[in-house]
Amino acid sequence: MMFVVAAFALIVAMVCLLVRLYVGPTVYDRVLASNAFGTQTVLFIGVLGFLTGRPDFLDIALLYALINFIGTIAVLKFFRYGSMGDVVKRPAKSEGE
Amino acid sequence: MLPVIIDILSWIMILTGGAFTIIGAVGQLRFPNFWARLHAASVSDSAGVILLIAGMCLQAGPTLITVKLLVIGLFLFVTGATSTHATASAALVSGLTPPVLKQKSGEDNSADKSEKPGS
Repeated sequence: MMFVVAAFALIVAMVCLLVRLYVGPTVYDRVLASNAFGTQTVLFIGVLGFLTGRPDFLDIALLYALINFIGTIAVLKFFRYGSMGDVVKRPAKSEGE
Repeated sequence: MLPVIIDILSWIMILTGGAFTIIGAVGQLRFPNFWARLHAASVSDSAGVILLIAGMCLQAGPTLITVKLLVIGLFLFVTGATSTHATASAALVSGLTPPVLKQKSGEDNSADKSEKPGS
């Protein structure tokens, strides 16, 4: 039963992060919110695995944790260098706020 | 008697983990600028993750599930800090200066020993 409470808590946290993802003024707020959202998803998959009594959900959670990290770093690299790294050119004083 | 204690302990951990997750998320929603939100994000990343995974480990007992959970916990522990650092450095380099540095660099450039951030 307590896992239902944990799942509800995670859902509330995810909704808050989605609001920040939508509102976030700068790009990096959105990257931060999406990274945190990914971590909540990993925990949510783990809790669901316990709720439905299926231990193989944890493999999915582990995979999701790996992909989430790679995705965040890829998005950061794109916004930092303006390209995925084929031609690394330092951008002019790009937008800040 | 022991299973009851383990049950209670794991429920406490799961509840506090969920509470920390909500605190981190609400903090990320309400803080004024990007740099304060970094701190809020790390609250739910560290305390929320560790408590929830420890609670689930206690629930699962000494089985393969606990091993998987510990691997997930270790990985989240490592990548959480790394990705937050990467986000912060990318933001800093691309010109998003924290308010504290703005005031200091604004007042006296000469006495400021730490070099100015950004390109």
